Amino acid sequence: MQNKKNYLQGLRDGTPISLGYFAVGFTLGIAAKAMGLTAFQAGLMSATMHASAGEFAVLTVIAGQSGYLSMIITQLVINMRYFLMACSLSQKIDRDTSLPKRLLLGYFVTDEIFGISVSKKEPLNPFYNFGAATIASPGWILGTVLGAAIGNILPGSLSSALSVALYGMFLAVVIPPSKKDKTIAAVVVISMIGSLGFSTMPFIKDFAASTRIIILTIVIASIAAIVRPVDDRQLDEAETHEELGQKLAEDEEEVQR
Amino acid sequence: MSNNTYIYLLVAALTIFAIRALPLTLIQKEIKNRFIRSFLYYVPYVTLSVMTFPAIISATSSWISGTVAFVTAIIVAWIDGNLFKVALSSCIAVYAVEAFFL
Repeated sequence: MQNKKNYLQGLRDGTPISLGYFAVGFTLGIAAKAMGLTAFQAGLMSATMHASAGEFAVLTVIAGQSGYLSMIITQLVINMRYFLMACSLSQKIDRDTSLPKRLLLGYFVTDEIFGISVSKKEPLNPFYNFGAATIASPGWILGTVLGAAIGNILPGSLSSALSVALYGMFLAVVIPPSKKDKTIAAVVVISMIGSLGFSTMPFIKDFAASTRIIILTIVIASIAAIVRPVDDRQLDEAETHEELGQKLAEDEEEVQR
Repeated sequence: MSNNTYIYLLVAALTIFAIRALPLTLIQKEIKNRFIRSFLYYVPYVTLSVMTFPAIISATSSWISGTVAFVTAIIVAWIDGNLFKVALSSCIAVYAVEAFFL
């Protein structure tokens, strides 16, 4: 019952992700085609990886025929953030979660699916993520395949509008807790300023986007952890999660009606 | 090239899966270390914020619509944290700005 409820919630929250994935996947498909992959290979890549920046890097390595070791190193660096996200998730799920569920959960650790699961109260039910993946993954795969197969048919105005859907959701995850918790608000603002700085500063701006994300994440999260360790704020946190949980439940009732 | 491509894809897929699955399968116990717990608590907020800004500004065909999307999403998220509503309203904002003002 709880599983089904979480699965349905995941399906609902995964819908905008799916739309965004479709648009991004489409552009990835066009790039894949340009790098010499077939539509099938592009679809296979998206189905097995679910990683936007990572997949762009895959294309670069294949196009350059840089070797398998280079592929491994590139992927380790670019996707290191998934390691951090998976660490975070492993603390959020029930300790008794079975191995197959853990593996499946790991398979679908993407920026977006992780992003929406952040706002779920603990322990996180993996079925929420499975629900989101059920709708989001096909959007990603289909987008890639179609992008590789039929190229530029999506009107520019539509793909432009769709391209902000994912960012809108990220903001929907970080803004509401910022209202309640000044430390999170500070972390969010500092992260954005740092990100702006990193993307404009000479030399640093030439780093791959994923490298900048890793550096900023490690530095800012470490400072926040030192300045405001979580233990001091357990109560606040519990309160925030509880309210969010209630809010989600209310939203769901609304949808059901 | 064709054979190679499949091996390349397999290597990349296995690497990515290992990165995601290892923490979830190896770290089964609750982490007690205060710093690590706090660090992991803040990670998502930093990562999501860093990925959103300034990327959202340059995601659309004009920085103006991108900025409008950013501001719209913050306002809607502030008033009502619903993921779908926030995402949809920022998309509509971009579409409207680009259709009527640009």
